Amino acid sequence: MSEERTGIKGATILLNALQQEGVDVIFGYPGGVLLPLYDALLDSPIRHVLGRHEQGVVFAADGYSRVTGKVGVCLGTSGPGATNLVTGIANAFLDSIPLVVLTGQVSTGSIGSDSFQEVDIIGITMPITKHSYLVKDPRDLPRIVKEAFYIARTGRPGPVLIDLPKDVLAQENVVPFSNEMKLKGYKVFGQANNGKIEEVAKVLSESRKPVLYAGGGVVTAGAEDVLRLFADKTAVPVVTTLMGIGSLPLEHPNSLGMVGMHGTVTANYAVDDCDLLIAVGVRFDDRVTSGMGHRFATKAKVIHIDIDPVEISKVVKTEIQIVGDARQVLAEILEALPGFANPDVTDWWNQLRDWREKNTIQYDKDRLTPPMVMECLGEIAGGDTIVTTDVGQHQMWAAQYYPTVNPRNYATSSGLGVMGYGLPAAVGAQIARPNDKVVLITGDGSFQMSIQELGTIAQNKLPVKIILLNNGVLGMVRQMQKMFYNERYSQIQLQGNPDFVKVAEAYGIRGISVNSAEQVRGALEEAFKHPGPVLVDITISEHENVLPMVPPGKDITEMIVR
Amino acid sequence: MLHTLAVLVENNPGVLIRVAGLFTRRGYNIDSLTVCQTEDPELSRMTIVVNGDDQIIEQVRNQLSKLVVVHSVSDLTGESAVDRELALIRVQVSAETRSAVLQTVDIFRGRVVDMGRTNITVELTGDIPKIDAFVHAIQPYGLLELVRTGKVAILRSEA
Ligand SMILES: Cc1ncc(C[n+]2csc(CCOP(=O)(O)OP(=O)(O)O)c2C)c(N)n1
Ligand SMILES: [Mg+2]
Repeated sequence: MSEERTGIKGATILLNALQQEGVDVIFGYPGGVLLPLYDALLDSPIRHVLGRHEQGVVFAADGYSRVTGKVGVCLGTSGPGATNLVTGIANAFLDSIPLVVLTGQVSTGSIGSDSFQEVDIIGITMPITKHSYLVKDPRDLPRIVKEAFYIARTGRPGPVLIDLPKDVLAQENVVPFSNEMKLKGYKVFGQANNGKIEEVAKVLSESRKPVLYAGGGVVTAGAEDVLRLFADKTAVPVVTTLMGIGSLPLEHPNSLGMVGMHGTVTANYAVDDCDLLIAVGVRFDDRVTSGMGHRFATKAKVIHIDIDPVEISKVVKTEIQIVGDARQVLAEILEALPGFANPDVTDWWNQLRDWREKNTIQYDKDRLTPPMVMECLGEIAGGDTIVTTDVGQHQMWAAQYYPTVNPRNYATSSGLGVMGYGLPAAVGAQIARPNDKVVLITGDGSFQMSIQELGTIAQNKLPVKIILLNNGVLGMVRQMQKMFYNERYSQIQLQGNPDFVKVAEAYGIRGISVNSAEQVRGALEEAFKHPGPVLVDITISEHENVLPMVPPGKDITEMIVR
Repeated sequence: MLHTLAVLVENNPGVLIRVAGLFTRRGYNIDSLTVCQTEDPELSRMTIVVNGDDQIIEQVRNQLSKLVVVHSVSDLTGESAVDRELALIRVQVSAETRSAVLQTVDIFRGRVVDMGRTNITVELTGDIPKIDAFVHAIQPYGLLELVRTGKVAILRSEA
């Protein structure tokens, strides 16, 4: 009797399930246990982008997610492939970015025997994933994939890992179970509480010195339009975190800029002096509070709005807590506002303007300085351009001076602060939004942590513009050693730096080098005119510092400003 | 203050490590932890005794609730719950102490479950203070070995 062949291969079930979730691209890197999957991929409409390192593919998936709001998908083989993904998973976890991370695993029969390229990736990543699955039966794949995407994108988003043993992928003639989710234990928090909404509106109307403190939760919820309405209606000044950049553009009259360690003087003074702090989608990170929640906004009533109940009262004592989606809650507050008088903030704004006038940092526009490059770049790139950054001084200059108008046009590693993020994130962003311009703002140290991804840029002809602020040093570390370690410079020189223009050219990417202020504009214009990828290597002085700066352990008003 | 949390979790491998890992990672102290199946074969119940002020306990509850494998968390601390622990205690006995030891066991409503020439093993059930008191009372005779299950608890039914 001939065997009935109604089923399909495990790997194909997986790819079909991914397609059902709307996946159009996987960032990945192959290996032994993934052979059945890479074989099935040849027959799937899903696009695969081959990175040059698994850390690159997970950062690319992360960049893809940040600029679209969709779940990013990446794939690495068992053992070293999986461990190379770890840093990127941590990055997504700390910034609440929805990813589905697929890892190959040795066959189910070999698990636990220390076989070739076996690691317990579920164990390794347990503290940095929202959830994880080891698939033992290919028939479960439709349900597991559906659950993974649902968990990754709902509530407070985060990375979910699916570990895929080779035999599960290779098994033929599988008839899958239904994809019905079995998530009895998973809770998405947050219906706004009506009584509390009225209370917020009342407290706000009585406030004389309110500040709204906006973070990544605003971006996740897509609440920037409601935030802007709120600001316009109430005249409440707004500060943002690094994650919240662009949720209210810097040019908006209510924007005081970024708050915290490298925040503006006005933003930090305002938070310190306010009588009401409305914290939306933030977690009072120590880069904002200087690690001293008990000395943060001490004169203020604090209202905390967040989707994750765990964040409420974790760091700072709050008067009103609302667990919910930032967009929904802000919209409800807006609705309640007409019942109350607008707060009288005239004196407050006089104070804020006074602080701003006295403390705006002036820089010489004729000298080749990082702020000058950022502002020139902002003018030439224009509002719809996506910016990704690496980590270091250049990241902070980008945050302070680049005029981001849309938070979905900005991707930076905030919670983990991981060097090497920027270039692969730019890859992911450009793949996600092929018709938009993508700029990477990087440093010479960070760039070399992912420089191999130039190969991905070249292979996929991605017209990313790479702006390299080349100071020849690990600038941010140098700055700390200058300010807090008596200028005892230790291991910050990058004398072995290559000629970056030549490196770019070796990949077939145009390189332009800039050594003086006069060359900046021309070089940037040329870069944007060129249809393909360009690297602009801008030599800046190693003596430039990121200011203002709150020294470690100091209150946020105790900034170094010059 | 000690709190007794009843945590309903999925009955899957890997669940214990997710819960225990959370406690180590966040620096919460587990006093005792028991796991067993429930009336629903898909669910296990953990009884976790944890030390902390109200704010810490709130954090622990929220963090536990966030785990996908956790179905519910309830605090069974105080009057509204009945709690019990079981202990097996091996005590040294001699001809002179035997009757005094057995009398103590009797007072605490313990049961002798094993008897050797020089020692006996006692089974004792009760709330934690009762077991503590027994241990204290038996100590002078020579306590050789002590095993306690850790606390289990259940809500009192409404009157
Ligand atoms: C992976 C990783 N390793 C180390 C650090 C610590 N670190 C933070 S900034 C920095 C220097 C960055 O140098 P560069 O990319 O040249 O930027 P610059 O500060 O010079 O602008 C270092 C080493 C980090 N953030 N990430
Ligand atoms: Mg540098």
